[in-house]
Amino acid sequence: MARGYSPNRLPTRRNAELGYIVFATLVVAAAEAIIEITRDSQLTAHVATYALVALATGVVANLAIRRWASYADPLLVPCAVVLVGLGLVMIHRIDLGLAQQASDAGRTYQGAGAASQVVWVVLGLVAFLGVLLIIRDHRVLQRYAYTLALIGLFLLLLPAVLPASMSEINGARIWIRIAGFSIQPGEISKIALTVFAAAYLVAKRDVLSLAGRRVLGIDLPRGRDFGPLLLAWLISIGVLVRDKDLGTSLMFFGLFVVLLYVATERISWVIIGLLLFVGGCYIAYQIFPTVKERVSVWLHVFNYMQDQGYQLSQSLFGLGTGGLFGTGLGGGNPDLVPVAKSDFILSAFGEETGLFGLVAILAIYIVFISRAFATALAVRDSFGKLLVTGIGFSFGLQLFVVAGGISRLLPETGLTTPFLSYGGSSLLANFALLALLIRVSDAARRPPTTPPSAVTTVSGPVPVPDRDPAGPPTGTLSTGGPA
Amino acid sequence: MNRQIRRVSVFVGILMLAVILNLNWVQVLHGTSYRDNAANQRVALDDYKRQRGSIVLQGSGTAISESVVTKDALTYLRTYQNGPLYATVTGFNSILYGNTEIESAEDSVLSGNDDRFFVQRLTNLLTGRDPRGGNVLLTINKQAQTAAYQALGGRRGAVVALDPATGAVLAAVSTPSYDPAKLSSHSTTGIKKAWNAYLNDKDNPLSNRAFTETYPPGSVFKVIVSAAALKAGKSPSSVIAAPNALTLPGTSTQLRNFAGEQCANGSTDTLIHALTISCNTAFAQLGMDLGTSRVRSEADLFGINDSDFTIPVRVAGSTIGPVVDKAALAQTSIGQRDVRITPLQAAMISAAVANQGTLLTPYLVAEEQGPNLATLSKATPQILSQPLSPSQADQLTTMMESVVQSAQGTGQAAQIPGITVAGKTGTADNGPQKADGTYINPPHAWFSGFAPAARPRIAVAVFLENGGVAGNETTGGLAAAPVAKQVMQAYLSSIGVKGN
Repeated sequence: MARGYSPNRLPTRRNAELGYIVFATLVVAAAEAIIEITRDSQLTAHVATYALVALATGVVANLAIRRWASYADPLLVPCAVVLVGLGLVMIHRIDLGLAQQASDAGRTYQGAGAASQVVWVVLGLVAFLGVLLIIRDHRVLQRYAYTLALIGLFLLLLPAVLPASMSEINGARIWIRIAGFSIQPGEISKIALTVFAAAYLVAKRDVLSLAGRRVLGIDLPRGRDFGPLLLAWLISIGVLVRDKDLGTSLMFFGLFVVLLYVATERISWVIIGLLLFVGGCYIAYQIFPTVKERVSVWLHVFNYMQDQGYQLSQSLFGLGTGGLFGTGLGGGNPDLVPVAKSDFILSAFGEETGLFGLVAILAIYIVFISRAFATALAVRDSFGKLLVTGIGFSFGLQLFVVAGGISRLLPETGLTTPFLSYGGSSLLANFALLALLIRVSDAARRPPTTPPSAVTTVSGPVPVPDRDPAGPPTGTLSTGGPA
Repeated sequence: MNRQIRRVSVFVGILMLAVILNLNWVQVLHGTSYRDNAANQRVALDDYKRQRGSIVLQGSGTAISESVVTKDALTYLRTYQNGPLYATVTGFNSILYGNTEIESAEDSVLSGNDDRFFVQRLTNLLTGRDPRGGNVLLTINKQAQTAAYQALGGRRGAVVALDPATGAVLAAVSTPSYDPAKLSSHSTTGIKKAWNAYLNDKDNPLSNRAFTETYPPGSVFKVIVSAAALKAGKSPSSVIAAPNALTLPGTSTQLRNFAGEQCANGSTDTLIHALTISCNTAFAQLGMDLGTSRVRSEADLFGINDSDFTIPVRVAGSTIGPVVDKAALAQTSIGQRDVRITPLQAAMISAAVANQGTLLTPYLVAEEQGPNLATLSKATPQILSQPLSPSQADQLTTMMESVVQSAQGTGQAAQIPGITVAGKTGTADNGPQKADGTYINPPHAWFSGFAPAARPRIAVAVFLENGGVAGNETTGGLAAAPVAKQVMQAYLSSIGVKGN
């Protein structure tokens, strides 16, 4: 490709991205500084540490993108960097609180905290680089759709098969624990299943959009096409019942239904999907006492304040104490909420930065998610559209489920907050998803490499259905063939 | 597909909106109720990060409770100077068991959470100064308090002293006492240990005998019956019935005088003499003659009306009970049956007589200050009621003087050289009588009085549970009057009153 060849090529915006990353780093440094001054009236090396981790992550990502995906959206990485950095700072702050709790009780605190999260950030960055390097064109993934589906399902169902001693932490069987390590396979299988769903639906979209009968103004699909939806439904209800994990169940099924809707362009799938899910939850509620108990704790949390409702009621106390402006970073007691570092990190922000701070954090996610949808709109191939819509939607749904869970909008789930929460599997998975987003957004924004005459024949991105999911990778996109 | 993608993005937007609306609900609309929930430890933990204000004796300027910086997680430690001496008033400030007495009643000022500190808090926020709590200045007089504590000497009992002209509480002691520092420490194990030790102590040091426990007052109640009689037109020299034994109407029970003594001539006595020697039959008959409504309304005017009040610490309501029939009225009139009063109430009786028949509302807090020592509020004396006219109060004072100063009076042990003291003793049965005439529980010993009689500066009530050390042989005159004397003497000399 020749420089200056196309008069209307998009700027790469890599320097702007770097600028945002530096700004994100300053936010992280300021947050840590406030915590340290509030708690000990002095600054320590941690201020530099976490800001540098965030900066290094961002700069490495920026350099990699310059090299391998130079047209990618410039807002995605800065959003991730500020979230990861703020997560580190809050995890460190909760460490301080827990250490103090322990010392007050005459013990020493030995939990894993910010230091090990730094390690996970580095590994997450490695995953990011790996995905970016290996997958030079996202369409290649379509070829491995079924392999990925098998891996995803295997990982999703594995904890249910494993003995509880190897899979259960805090009552939820969503882990694989081997030799001191514990990973949440659901996070990894989420990626695999997103890729599979996108590839599968692109391949089958014609069949699935064929109308069956029309009932009450809704075109119902043909009965024989219900198969995939029913399978997805069965698996998600199975996860709900077996693993007591409403979050993963909701994520998995919601993702599938939304992609089905986007692929087939038919709202009837959404309605059927919703009815199926609600019906499934209702049946599960009627049959399984554990599900019933969870709902009961959710509805009457203060009656269970001392046992099953302890975590949620502490979270609500924290949010309420934070109020509009918060207690100030370092000025609250977010460590009173059990597992605040992972599932309930948003309530820690809610307590110390108040409603304003929490909404600001949600706003960062909203920017991130909106960039994903913008990419989905801009990219030209159907698989890319579905994949990125799936990623954007899963971030949005996950955030909804987590933020709704800590504030009692929804029953509690065991999901983590993307990028912010403590946890290796979650960080690795989210960095991998970030790399996929970067890859697709690079494809979406990269100017055509064919001669200008070809460009002028196509005005704007034209969604041409990709009918060759197993087609050879092309390395760069061209507007000539099926895009 | 793009139309669908846009719709999905709108749907995610709606999800985000739902979350944000819900957060508004939780953090703003319901925030206060979550924050103030009793199970929320955050507010308590937060209080320890702020320096709690001091509790100070107004007269001497002595801080009897203040918070000092430590290196602990809970930054400030509550300390008490002479903790057991002032515990009845200060209460404790415990991370495990909450606050009591002034620490509780004035918590909003001491902790700095009071709404009146709003501007101050805002200034602190802007100037970066550490916020701290305000101070509470008490009316307690160091000398009176110390004398009361020492005179009780660890016996189960209480002393309350009032300034009759203002209602200010000069002393309030309940013994045996406890050390609030042990319950306000930072060691949870230490607090629990001390708490359990106090709970298991048979002398029950944690109960506040001065303010929140009520006891039968015995003959102290005769002051109120005397007041009712004076109001009904009697005078100290009026002759009233005083038989050796009085058969209670509708029963075969015979009411007799203390140790079966004869009051005067065995059939009648003067009102002043009946009070002086504490003649039971005379007052039982007098009460019946006055009728329930007169006795009850007079008791009510003295503050005995069955309702709790605060000074600002909680004070249990005193009561004369239901008074179901004439026999009950007879027993009520000598302070038995269902009459129950607090030692503070006993002091209020004398204070009303001393203050020319006008009863002032008791108060413990002289002044509330902000962290910058600026006055938030100052106590102003409030009239509670007017149980007697000034001339009736003079007559009753003469009668009570006779109790202490005359050769036959039961309260002679309260005499102070050079100062005329007025008062009334009480010996209150509190349990069934045994076959030999003694009681299963030794009687309570009481004294309520004031000094100097001509121009009263202090009204005091002394209560000794089950007679203190004298046991069955106790009387108010024997056990309680000497305590009252020491308290009055200590206070009067501290304010420079040497004689009449």
